[in-house]
Order: sequence, then structure tokens, then C-alpha cells
Amino acid sequence: MSFQYTILILLIPLACFLINGLVGMKFKPLLSGILGTAGLGIIWLLSLFTAYTYFFQVGQVNGEFQKIVVINAEWLRFTDKLHIDMGILLDPISVMMLVVITTVSFMVHLYSIGYMHGERGFQRFYAFLALFTFSMLGLVVATNIFQMYVFWELVGVSSFLLIGFYYDRPSAVAASKKAFIVTRFADLGFLIGILVLSYFTGTFDFIALTGSDQSIFASGAAASFMGLSALTWAALLIFMGGAGKSAMFPLHIWLPDAMEGPTPVSALIHAATMVVAGVFLVARMFPVFFFQAPAALELVAYVGGFTSLFAAIIACTQFDIKRVLAFSTLSQIGYMMLALGVSGYGGHEGLGYMAALFHLFTHAMFKALLFLGAGSVIHAVHSNVMQEMGGLRKYLPVTHLTFLIACLTIAGVPFLSGFFSKDEILVAAWQSNKFLFAVEFLVAGITAFYMFRLYFNIFWGKEKTYAHPPHESPLTMTIPLVLLALGSIFAGYLPFSELISSDYKPFETTLHLSVAIPSVLIGLAGIGLAMLFYRRESTLPDRIAASLGSFYKVVLNKFYIDELYLFVTRKIIFNYISRPIAWFDRHIVDGTMNGIGWVTETSSQKIKGLQSGRISQYGFVFAIAAVGLALVFIYFIN
Amino acid sequence: MNILNLFVIIPVVTMAAILFTKDLRGARLVSAVGMGLQLIAAVVLIFSFFALRKAGDSAEFLFYSDVTWFESLNIHYAIGVDSIAVWMIGLASVVVFAGIFASWQMEYLSREFFISLILLATGVFGFFISLDLFTMFLFYEVAVIPMYLLIGIWGSGPKEYSAMKLTLMLMGGSALLIVGLLGLYFGSAQAGEVTFNLLELSRINFPVTMQRFFFPFLFVGFGILGALFPLHTWSPDGHASAPTAVSMLHAGVLMKLGGYGCFRVAMFLLPEAANEMAWIFLILTTISVVYGAFGAIWQKDLKYINAYSSVSHCGLVLFALLMMNQTAMDGAIIQMISHGLMTALFFALIGMIYSRTHTRNINEMGGLMKVMPFLAVAYMIAGFASLGLPGLSGFVAEMTVFIGSFQHQDLFHRVITIIATLSIVITAVYILRVVGKILLGELQNPEHQKLGDALWFEKLSLVLLILPIVAMGTLPLFLSNTILDALKPIVERLTAMI
Repeated sequence: MSFQYTILILLIPLACFLINGLVGMKFKPLLSGILGTAGLGIIWLLSLFTAYTYFFQVGQVNGEFQKIVVINAEWLRFTDKLHIDMGILLDPISVMMLVVITTVSFMVHLYSIGYMHGERGFQRFYAFLALFTFSMLGLVVATNIFQMYVFWELVGVSSFLLIGFYYDRPSAVAASKKAFIVTRFADLGFLIGILVLSYFTGTFDFIALTGSDQSIFASGAAASFMGLSALTWAALLIFMGGAGKSAMFPLHIWLPDAMEGPTPVSALIHAATMVVAGVFLVARMFPVFFFQAPAALELVAYVGGFTSLFAAIIACTQFDIKRVLAFSTLSQIGYMMLALGVSGYGGHEGLGYMAALFHLFTHAMFKALLFLGAGSVIHAVHSNVMQEMGGLRKYLPVTHLTFLIACLTIAGVPFLSGFFSKDEILVAAWQSNKFLFAVEFLVAGITAFYMFRLYFNIFWGKEKTYAHPPHESPLTMTIPLVLLALGSIFAGYLPFSELISSDYKPFETTLHLSVAIPSVLIGLAGIGLAMLFYRRESTLPDRIAASLGSFYKVVLNKFYIDELYLFVTRKIIFNYISRPIAWFDRHIVDGTMNGIGWVTETSSQKIKGLQSGRISQYGFVFAIAAVGLALVFIYFIN
Repeated sequence: MNILNLFVIIPVVTMAAILFTKDLRGARLVSAVGMGLQLIAAVVLIFSFFALRKAGDSAEFLFYSDVTWFESLNIHYAIGVDSIAVWMIGLASVVVFAGIFASWQMEYLSREFFISLILLATGVFGFFISLDLFTMFLFYEVAVIPMYLLIGIWGSGPKEYSAMKLTLMLMGGSALLIVGLLGLYFGSAQAGEVTFNLLELSRINFPVTMQRFFFPFLFVGFGILGALFPLHTWSPDGHASAPTAVSMLHAGVLMKLGGYGCFRVAMFLLPEAANEMAWIFLILTTISVVYGAFGAIWQKDLKYINAYSSVSHCGLVLFALLMMNQTAMDGAIIQMISHGLMTALFFALIGMIYSRTHTRNINEMGGLMKVMPFLAVAYMIAGFASLGLPGLSGFVAEMTVFIGSFQHQDLFHRVITIIATLSIVITAVYILRVVGKILLGELQNPEHQKLGDALWFEKLSLVLLILPIVAMGTLPLFLSNTILDALKPIVERLTAMI
């Protein structure tokens, strides 16, 4: 089976971008929406077909999944060994990502026809969506780390363009700028990581880097810098890039603000696909981390664990429904990072690896569903804030039901997909690090609590007075909700461990009841607590918030991390570096130049009197000089 | 006839033809036709050059010809090009042609303006085709002198001051250069007759003591034009006062003469001194790269922002050249071309925006995306190219520089490479600051509501610059490989010495 056609999966969205971007303004809005959606529909089918043929027909040879390089063309040559190639690499994780990306992207394309109806710049929106989809697909199928970096940056800029879609809103502009600069800073780490890695290994190629030949790492493992091997530094720096895109603490600050973008964008980019790029990066480089840089892998686990707890706590206090979901995304990605961090290599040891990607898959379904559901709610009530909502279950039956399914899924209620994937993560954590397990166990409860706080506040509670009666969204919006809800329910039944594993060899997993039962119980406890607090209007939450006093305030303000960043950027970089440099340049460097000019001019002013043109003065000078020289000759030379 | 002669003949004929026109309409039409022919000639040159290369002509310089024009001093009109020079000529013709359209409405003394502009271009083209150092220097001066008039007469703001400052500083560079060139000239006596011919000079191994003495003259002399810290301050004032097309040509092409001269003359002919002294200039250029970028963050005037950005980007050119390996130098040359196109695009846009809003202060504009979408999108493309977005030329250039520089065995070189990579973040900061302030957000000045978008000649000028930026960014392999080939003899000579 040849996979040559997979090039179309990249080219079709690129074509959609070019058509909508260059001539889209001449189209009727609906036409460009249909064009984009149709293109995505085709590549969605192609991806499903690819996944089917890869996983169930040709991918597995002798009990091991193959890495198939479909195409690989040289794009830019640096040296004989180092060159950027552009190509397509199919292996279990990239094929899985193709499915995730095209599914969510297709749903979002379809949904946006309804959601973005009548918006100014509809064509532009579809052009950017296609650009994003193209870049994200290019990222996951990259054959080498530099190709990944190329698309990594393109993904970043598509995210920038889409967050700033409403470019006349100052808050959207600020958010897009922040997202771009924070991730760019992280990408600097990624770039330096690539530089270090390629310097020592002499290759960018993933197959060489993750292959069984470990000899390429010898020089990098031997070189050390500040107590860590060069490869550990490389891995840490590469992880910095991943942490930036995946919004891990302390580089998470851009993600909540990124909710300024249109809601379908949040679903696609800031929930299901781009923000998991960091997880994908670590997974892609997993053998390098595991064999060459275990210290870096441990950091991945702790950063993931910390972020999941930190974000879950903040999520309990936010009132903007999209921000709650954003912090929830942070928390869930933290889970995935943690799973990778605690994972071993090979067979059941590599459970964490499998669990991380499993959770990535199920999370993409239910989190996209949550965002699209939230979009449907926002569409109905024209507000993002949960205090302005309540009792909506009667008005939005489809949205309500699908949103409830998603909430149950993320809370880990048995037999929904989130239950299976979260269970694997908790088992993996239990097997390697009891402390991190305890953290994640706690987070599972908090997650259930804040998700149902959200749910009850929107759909139950006291009914608010709305400007006009809320109504259910059109079919283009509810169909994706239903499809994603089906995905959220059934994705957990995929035999994931037989498809994806750290060493590409299928293995068996079973449900661990000793972990599953407590985690379900704590999830139910979270739901119960939320029900108690928020199902009916009650003053209890406010009283509890008041009793927590300043701690509540700190959490509400997201631990003041944003303020810290503002201090660093505004005060330090702007005022204490840039401004003095600008002053130094004008007054010292340029001042010296002007000073030279001034000295030249002044000294010429001073001596120009000698060139007066008056014969009497010349005669006088001549006479004096003659006498003087005569005296010199007579007394000194002789 | 040698096709290279066209690059001098066409501008001279065009200038003569402008004399016979009566007004702006005639002058600009003649200029556009002349420089259009120049652009066609450049395209023909590129194709015929690579056809010859493909046919197996492996001489270092193709289209070589040599005419003696000052026999007693053995000064020749020797011309010839390698692929680097060919690409530079291509860059210059695009920028000049786009520059003509950017000055489409230059009402004041229009004939004189176009003549000066094309005279400047003549110098640039002559410089890139010359292989005789004296002739090269002559063309260099031909390029620098009209600058004074162009800024002093057609400029804005404190134009006399800026014009004087720019000219004096560049003349200072020329003074250093002539000393260095004479040093080479008389030094060549050791191998027979004195000569200015680059090819003959490159076969001589000058004594190290002599190299040490003359290398700084040549490198700093060209470096001033390439905005070498701390001798870059002519650039912000000069650009800010210059008319649009002059800024375009100056930052886009003329500054490249500096970088080009640095490696073609200073480093290539005096390789041992270059190796010995590289570290000093590496430190200076690393400062340029980071300092220029930080300097740009604080500026309020669009042209100043771009001028400081040019200091940073051109600093990277010299930085990479001094790394003296094939990959980094390849990156330097791609960066020259990329920066040339992108900064010309920036200055063209700034000129167009200024002609509408009558301000260049970023705090007095906002939300221009709504009223002039074409210009705004073009500005964003320029910005993205500047901050190194893949798919546009800046990325290819910067990555080649960084990868090449980091391949150095020496820790010092790798550490300063990491410092230089910081610039990609700082660049993002100042580019997005400008884009956010002037293009996005709400319309700040209600007066701006009635401003129009780009006119046909402006669109032509912009598209002409954007196309090669995109082409380089998406399909860089051919460009990069041909430059690598041309660099081989230079790098061999540079590294053979260590």
C-alpha cells in the first residue's frame, strides 16, 4: 500500500488558504466557508482512510509498527549532514494526530459556518483556519526536527492571526501579541535546543534521532555544561519550546488571554490541537529524553504535575466560561506531560507514553466539544460571563445534553472516554511516583468540581433575564456537537495500547480497579460538591470564598503571574534596557560622532583667522617667523 | 558584447534620456522603462549565468572581460560575476525598479531627482560587476555622492544635518578604504607588477604584518556602510530624512555594498588577518545585532524603528561573514538579499503611509488596517519576514546563519551565536508593537477614515518586492546551493590559513 496520496492531506488546506486568502474577498462569504469545509471534509476522510490502512492493514510488520517515510525532499541544505527536508513521516503517533487534527478541524469548519455567520472578515477567518490546519498537519508529519520547527512557527503565527481576528478590539490585539511573544520566547529555547542537539548528533532526522543506534549521542553525552550533559541541556531547551506551545507553567500566561479569539478557534487551536503540540514534541523525541536525558524527563513530569494542580485551582475561581475551559485545558495538558514524564520505555513500562497520547486523543474530543458547546451558549446569550447565565437547559436542549456528556467525560465518569485515558495516566503515575499520583488524584476531584460548577451555573441555577429569549443554535453548529459527543463517549473503547506504544510494539492493558474506583469516587465527590453549591442559587460559595480571604483573591488573580510578567517586560526590558540603549545610542555613540564634527568645526574656526587675506598680517607673521627661525638656527642648530 | 556592460550602459542612457523630458510624467516614464530594461537584463543575466554553469563552465567568474583604462597605473575596467554578484545584481534591479514606482509622484525637481536616483543605481551596479578594485572604489563613490543631494534636497526633517552626517561618515569610511586599497596595490608589487585586479591579488599571499596593518582599514571602511557598531549612527538620521525611494535603495542595496566589500575584498584578500582579528569584530557585530534590536523597541518614528532594525539585521550579516564557514557565510549572503528586499518593502510602505497620514509617529496612528488593507497586509508581510517567519525569506537567512555559526568547534563562537539568537525574540517584540499600534486596534484619528488604499503603481512596487521574499522563503534550495558553490574558493582561502 502506497501512501503517496497523503501529500494531499497537506496540499488541500494549503490550497484553501491560498484561494480564500488571495481571492476570497471576491467570493460570497458562504462560498468560502463551504469551500474550506469541503476541503477539510475530504482530508478528514483521507486521514481516516490512512489511519485505517496504517493501523489495521500495512503499518504493522512482525509485531512492530513501522515508520514509513512517504516523501522526503531536500528543502534547504546547510552542510552535507545537516539539511532541512520537507516530508511526511507516518508512524502511530503522526497518524493518530492526523485523525485528531482533521476531525476537530472539520467540525470547527462546519460549526463556524453558523457561528461566524455575518461576521466581517468571514473569508479571512476561513483562510486562517486553513492555514492553521495546514501548518499543524505539517508539524505532526515532520520527518525531521527542523521541519517541525518550521511548521511550529507557522502554527504560532496562525494562532496569532486567529486570536487577533477581531483586530479592532484592543484586548484581542494585546492577547494575540502576548501569545506570539511568549511562545516565540519559548521557541527560542527550542531553536537553541535544536542547535545543540544537531551540533552533537549531526542530524535533524527523527528516524536517526529516535532509532536504535545510540552512537550518535556519544559526543553529546560526554560534553557537559554546568553539571548537566549537553544532551540534557538540549532536551531541556527543546522541552522549553514544547512548554511554551502547550502553555505549561510558567509559560502558560498567554493561553487564558488567547480566549479573545473567536470560540471555534479556541476549540481548534487552544484546546484540541496546537496546545498539545508540546506533548507531541516530547512524545516524538521520547527515546532521546528517556535514554539520553532522564533528568529532563523528570522535569517534564513535575512541570506537568504542577501545572495541572495550579491550573485546576485557578479554574475554580474564574467566571468567564471560556477562561474556565482554558485553565481546564492547561490542567489536562499537565496530565499528559506528567504521563510522559513518568513513562518508561517498552511494553508495559511505557504505559505513561501510551496514556499521554490516549488522553490527548480523548481530550481533543471532549474539550473541543466543551468549547463548541460554550460557543453555542455564547451565541445564544451574547455573553461570556457565567453570572449572566442560568437555567439555559430549557432553551438549548442539544447544547445542554452534549455539554453534560463532555463534563461527565472530563470528570472521569465510568465508561466514557475520559475515564479510560485518565485511569491509564493515574496507573502510570502510581507505578513510578507516588507523590505525583497523589497530586493527580486530587486534581481529578478538583476537575470534576470546577467543570460542574461551570455546568450548573450555565444550565441550572436561577434563570436570568435575557435581552431576547435564547434559542438553540442552527444545525451547522449542533451537528458537530453531536458528532463530538459521540466521539467523547466512544473514543475510550479504541484498543489504544495495541496501536500506540513507546517502542511501537503493541501491548496489553487492563483496567486497574484499585486505581479506577477511588478516582471515580473522588470525581463523583467533586460533582456532588458542585451540585450542592451551584445547582440552586446559594450564598454558600460566596461565604466560602470570603472565608478564604486573601488566598481566594490570589487565586482569582491567577497568582499574579501576569503582573510579574508585565513587570519584567514593561519595567525591566522596556524601561531599563531598551530606553537606556536608545539614549546611549543618541547621546553617547552619536554624541561622539557629533563631538568629532564639533571639534573639527571649532578648531577650524579658531585657526581660520590666519587665512585673513590681509597683506599686513601676512607680512607681520612672515617677519616674526623669519626672526624666530633665525634665532633657532643660530642658537640651537649650531 | 559582454552582457555586464549593459548594467552601466542602460542607466547612463536612461539618465541622458531623462534630460530630454519635460516634466514628472516624462521623467518617471523614462526611468521606469530604463529600469524595467535593467530588470529584464538582470533576469537574462541570471538565466544565462546558470545556463553556463550548468553547461560546465566552472571558472570562478563568468562574463569576464578586461579593458585597460589607465595604463600607467595599471588600472583596468575588469568585470565579471560569480553567483553571489549575480544575485546581488538581481536584488538591486528589483529594488531600483520598485523604487521608481515608489517615487511616482515626486513633483519637486522631478528630472533631477530621477537622474540622481539612477546615478546612485549606476554606482551600485558598477560596484557589483567590477573586479578591479580601483574601478570598484570609483563606482562605490558614485553611489555614495548622489546620496548627499538626494537627502539634502528631497529629504524631510533636519535634512541638511542628516545628509551631511551621512556623507561625512561614509566619506570617512572611504578614506579608510583608499588607504587599504593602496596598501594592497603597492603590496602586490612583491608578485611582479602592481595591480588592482581582484583575481590577481587573490593569488598573492601577503605578509602577515602587512595584512594586520591594512585589514582594519578595509574592514572598517566597508563596515561603516554595513552599519558596524559603533559607526552606525548615520543610518537612523539618514534614513529618517531621506525620501522614500532613497531609503529603499540605501538600506536595501547600498548597505549591502558594505557587507559585500567586507568579504570580497577585506576578508578574501587578507585571510590571515581576518582570522586573527575576527573576534574583535565578532564582538562588535554581536553587539550590533542585539543592541540594534533593543534600540528599535523604544523608537516612536517608523523610520527610526526600521533603521535600528537594519542595524540589527545588517549586524547579523557581518557577524555571519566573520564566522568564516561556508554555511554561515551562505546565510550572510541570503540575509543580505533578504534584508535588502524586506527593508526596501518597509521603507516603501512607510513612505506610502506617511504620504497619507503625514505622520510617522506610531502613537498618532492606529487601526489603519480598516482604511488601507492592502498597505496594512503588505506591512504585516514585511514584519513577518523581518521577525523570521518560515515561508518568508528572513527565516531561511537567519536559520542558515545560526546553524552555520553554531557548527564552530570553538565555544566562544557558539556562545555568541546563542546571544545573537536572542534577536529573534526582540525583533518579534518591536515588530508586533508597531503592527499592533498602527495597523490594528480602533481607528485612532478620525481624519484617517477618508484615506485611500494603495494606488496601482504603489501596488506594483509592493508586489514586486513581496514576490521574491515569498519565493526565497518557500523554495530556497537553488539560491542557497548556488551561493554555497560560489563561496567555496573564498572559504577555502580563509580556512587554509589556520
